[in-house]
Amino acid sequence: MIVPVDGLDVYFPYEYIYPEQFSYMTELKKGLDAKGHCLLEMPSGTGKTTTLLSLVVAYMVEYPYVVNKLVYCSRTIPEIEKVVEELRKLIAYYKSNGKPLNLIGLVLSSRKNLCVHPQVSKERDGKVVDGRCHSLTASYVRERHKTDSNVPVCNFFENYDERGRELGLPPGVYSLDDLKDFGMQNKMCPYFLARRGVSYANVVIYSYHYLLDPKIAELVSKEMARTSVVIFDEAHNIDNVCIESMSVKINRKILEKTSANIQVLESTVGKMKDANQSRLKEEYRRLVQGLRDAQMARETDVILANPVLPDQILKEVVPGNIRTAEHFVSFLRRFLEYLKTRLRVQHVVHESPAAFLKDIASKVCIERKPLRFCAERLASLLRTLEISDQTDFSPLTVVTHLATLVSSYTKGFTIIIEPFEDKAPTVSNPILHFSCMDASIAIKPVFDRFQSVVITSGTLSPLDMYPKILDFHPVVLASFTMTLARPCLMPMIVSKGSDQVAMTSRFESREDIAVVRNYGQLLVEICTVVPDGVVCFFTSYLYLESVVASWYDQGVIDSIQRKKLLFIETQDAAETSLALINYIKACESGRGGVLLSVARGKVSEGVDFDHHLGRAVLMFGIPYVYTQSRILRARLDYLRETFQIRENDFLTFDAMRHAAQCVGRAIRGKMDYGIMIFADKRFGRIDKKSKLPKWIQEHLSDHLCNLSTEEAVQIAKKWLRQMAQPFHREDQLGTALLTLEQLLTKKDIHEKAQAR
Amino acid sequence: MTSSEDVLLQVGQVRYKKGDGTLYLMTERLAWILDHKDTVSVSHRYSDIKLQKISPEGKPKIQLQVVLHDNTTSTFQFVNREGTAAAIRERDKVKDLLVTLLPKFKRKVNKELEEKNRLLSENPGLLQLYKDLVMTEVVTSEEFWSNHAKPFMNKIDSSKQQVGVTGAFLADIKPQTDGCNGLKYNLTPDIMESVFRTYPAVRQKHKETVPHKLSEAQFWTKFFQSHYFHRDRINTGSKDLFTDCAKIDDQVLSKETESVSDPLVDISKFEDVNLGEGYGSLPDKPGSQNIVHQNMIKRFNQHSIMVLKACQSQQEALSGNDSIVTSNGALLNGNSPQKPEEKSNEPALKKARIQEKIIYDDLDEKSELLKHHSPVKLNLSRMDRYLEGPVKSDWTNTCESEEPSGPDIALAACRLKEEAKSWPLHYPNPGVLPPATAVAALGELTPGGALMVHQHDESLAQLVSPSLAKEVTGLYCTCCELLRHFWACFPPTSPELQTKAEQMHNAIRRFHHARIKPFENKVMLDFSPLSQQLTSHLNQLLKTAYNKYETWQSRRKPLGIR
Repeated sequence: MIVPVDGLDVYFPYEYIYPEQFSYMTELKKGLDAKGHCLLEMPSGTGKTTTLLSLVVAYMVEYPYVVNKLVYCSRTIPEIEKVVEELRKLIAYYKSNGKPLNLIGLVLSSRKNLCVHPQVSKERDGKVVDGRCHSLTASYVRERHKTDSNVPVCNFFENYDERGRELGLPPGVYSLDDLKDFGMQNKMCPYFLARRGVSYANVVIYSYHYLLDPKIAELVSKEMARTSVVIFDEAHNIDNVCIESMSVKINRKILEKTSANIQVLESTVGKMKDANQSRLKEEYRRLVQGLRDAQMARETDVILANPVLPDQILKEVVPGNIRTAEHFVSFLRRFLEYLKTRLRVQHVVHESPAAFLKDIASKVCIERKPLRFCAERLASLLRTLEISDQTDFSPLTVVTHLATLVSSYTKGFTIIIEPFEDKAPTVSNPILHFSCMDASIAIKPVFDRFQSVVITSGTLSPLDMYPKILDFHPVVLASFTMTLARPCLMPMIVSKGSDQVAMTSRFESREDIAVVRNYGQLLVEICTVVPDGVVCFFTSYLYLESVVASWYDQGVIDSIQRKKLLFIETQDAAETSLALINYIKACESGRGGVLLSVARGKVSEGVDFDHHLGRAVLMFGIPYVYTQSRILRARLDYLRETFQIRENDFLTFDAMRHAAQCVGRAIRGKMDYGIMIFADKRFGRIDKKSKLPKWIQEHLSDHLCNLSTEEAVQIAKKWLRQMAQPFHREDQLGTALLTLEQLLTKKDIHEKAQAR
Repeated sequence: MTSSEDVLLQVGQVRYKKGDGTLYLMTERLAWILDHKDTVSVSHRYSDIKLQKISPEGKPKIQLQVVLHDNTTSTFQFVNREGTAAAIRERDKVKDLLVTLLPKFKRKVNKELEEKNRLLSENPGLLQLYKDLVMTEVVTSEEFWSNHAKPFMNKIDSSKQQVGVTGAFLADIKPQTDGCNGLKYNLTPDIMESVFRTYPAVRQKHKETVPHKLSEAQFWTKFFQSHYFHRDRINTGSKDLFTDCAKIDDQVLSKETESVSDPLVDISKFEDVNLGEGYGSLPDKPGSQNIVHQNMIKRFNQHSIMVLKACQSQQEALSGNDSIVTSNGALLNGNSPQKPEEKSNEPALKKARIQEKIIYDDLDEKSELLKHHSPVKLNLSRMDRYLEGPVKSDWTNTCESEEPSGPDIALAACRLKEEAKSWPLHYPNPGVLPPATAVAALGELTPGGALMVHQHDESLAQLVSPSLAKEVTGLYCTCCELLRHFWACFPPTSPELQTKAEQMHNAIRRFHHARIKPFENKVMLDFSPLSQQLTSHLNQLLKTAYNKYETWQSRRKPLGIR
């Protein structure tokens, strides 16, 4: 249907629309009109992606000078591929309505997912693929190939270099497989085609890192106009992504490898000095000139570019004391020795970057300025030395990045040196954490550069938290609920077992036999009444393990197995995938399955349990983050001092967003239905409950907030019987589902009411 | 020789019950004729012979014994004058011929018996009936098979569905301590079959070792002792019979982990860009070091996967056969031939899978799911049973006690028809109860519903132990079966029906005495509080039947006199 949204004709590729999809479009349009940032929460499984795409594409078609590009960031590869297919559907809808669009929409992913080289693409490890690709496409390798045809190069890249830059991609939507097909047909490298395509495509879909991780963003997302709209979907975890991308941790292993790296570097420099003095001299000259422009010309040579550097540094010239290769190598060695001494500690050290800089200046006479150039200087040297496989040098690269970061940022970061892990205080395993505490640092360039940034997810409550921790001012801030024709959500808080012992994952009582048994009993009972799939989330993997072990001793496992097949998430990704596949098979074959999983784990973040795959989701305990971690402590302090966020507020917020995320996996669309059980008495408290998304809170009426196991099972039974009845479109029409006419009349009434 | 059968073998000088004679082996039977007599004194049909036995070597008497199905035996002694060697030779000749002949007939006879046996073993209900009726001699075996087992006999053709493997079969083998530091495992053939189907490696091992190296019992003892059986096993390196089984399982599993093809669940490929080593602030592996727990979790997954596979392999085997039948040559469901093809259309499959995931059924006009606005209708073979359910017995009581006259019955039938017509559910089309109403009613009737408020907690159901309840159900089943046949004789319009009614009446009487009375006594002793309640309805049923029979008899007598 073609939906009129505030004067804009939005092509929506379905015949019906949910009311909240329409309100979402309205709010989003307001945001785009105001050229500002938006924060929108919409219940999971109400067609967020297709709504977003429909509106933004319509906007782009209508006002090409206001918005000319859509950058859609999502978290996982499956999510990204889903977005591509939604886009394809939308474009096809435009076409079928006699309005073909000349759009290019494409995905960008790492080489691992795009390589078509017969040998390189066989590698499974992303880093190895990058390294081997580099060894075939680096400029000096190709130059050598010109003189000596025995030097292998990648034909796909050669063809791309010859024709692809000008040719570009014809209009259309390209998923990963489409890109590969196109590459195979035209014998061109899909990865570089896509990377080049990012600059001229109308819709770009890729993962967060390409915008947020400065090491990659610099490389990929540089040439984007201000008139782009950036969307962060599934953004409830965006602050963690920002922080992770800016943090560095150094342990002994890295230092050892670094010292080996430096040795290689030294000998190579020595050899080259004898053989080819001129090259080093040339490099020196270039460095004097400024190193930026040199790098521009050779985009393929670099795997990791510089972390975020303030612009003025880039225009400066590399300081004299690290300009020659030998000096730089000995400089690195000095820095490394300093790090080694720092790691030789017996107690925990906690200091600011400023103190670190002061200490390094006094101990080994390293100034701040040359440190800042470390990363750039190393990249340049590696190019000059023609070291083909740069992956071997990743430890050294990490160390130089640390040097650059520590000297560039004095605020928002902290240095923590731990001599051993908390769990094993006798085993010496020193780690230096250079940890980012301020999520806004990484995302600030994004907010500054683009006119509209949309942050959206199914679980963003409480909404005022994100503007604080990301330090931005949204023009639109909205949370939508779910209109329902039948109560297809059944959230319940189970606070006690049948023996009236309180259920809680509080640290003091989580190992209590009664608590564990009650959890087990709850699961067994739920398995008995709920058909098909049941998914359980534990607060941590350790807790999952210990609970499973005691369930085995208590015979709970046996009772579960009598009802359904049992699958458990493990720490091995491949094993878990296999378990998941079989879980799905078990649900589909009608045997039913139980999946035990972990909040914050990969499963909870990336796998959907829609329809029969998740008729009930149980959250055993509140998934608080491990609060004893010093890094977290430092971050909490920082948040309190800088943003006036209380420690407890943040921890609860973080726990509840993960809980909501886990539980929200079960619902997709209004035909779906699912039970959500929060099994911890603390969920009933107002500070926890109020932090759940509105669309869950709405259905969590007071009589569902303090249930015992039997009560919950009775309610579930009754409710399931209701849900299992046939449900037609007609039942929803008018309330939870609208035709175009209904939408228009509703809007009329609304507008009239407003006019009065 | 009375019959015209061919004589296959004739052996003279065979002694039977101290008389010398000749043994004949004919096409269908074994016969022995006393010397100088014409009549056959011993004649056994091969089909009656259960087995034959011969005397061990070295015994002075050379004998051959045939055992019949009714366990009677006939022993023949071979007394060849040329010595024992010749006698043995002759005996062996007979034996060999019998060996070839008997199985042919065995199959023929036993077919019927086996069929009956199978029916009984497959239908616990029928078995119960058999026990109650035939074993207590309420009805004869023939009667039972001809009258009561009919519905089961007809169902023979319906293809049998193979039972899957329960997920908890290992848990069902509960070890019991036998009091002196030993463990006893109860193992049934079902469980053994489950183990074999779920763990093919164990089946293989079983084939290899039993019975050459180990006995059946030893094998299973070893199985339970092995780490393989225990789920928290850790040391696969130990010297154990099943060590390599575990290894094979692990290999199979790890092979499968490589072939995960669903893009939506392949977790290892979720991340697009990994932060390199040394980046990020999270600890590398938050993992635990508890290998026992990890192994246990792995076992649970493995177990579930194997169970699932055991069930799927059957289905695949079935569907695989189908595909061969339907499309000769071009295999659709086969495995090996089109592997490469599968590889090539993988992207298409992946795309289809993703597209399937992004569709919203209720938004889409053309959605498959909602294309038919009318849902699948409940298909009832006998609607009346669904709509009416069991009728309270008051009605039968009042009506049956005094025989209604002809016009009364007609009137009642008429009224019933009227009622049925006017019942809203039947009119205009005999649909079923509207779902909403049904659910509401059910909801109110479950504990917590409005209609269950005044319900007594201590209901009969709670007082009766499961075993007792089962016994009562059994009694009901049997009793109802008899009553059904009894009532089916009325009105007894033909002489056959009349005799049958009498027979059934007697059977019911016998049943009453043989089963219900003892049961009542037992209940009286053991469960006094509910002595009368439990069987009151049964007795009511029986009484009604007796009344009916008596009225009929009393009417018949005057008729007979007249």
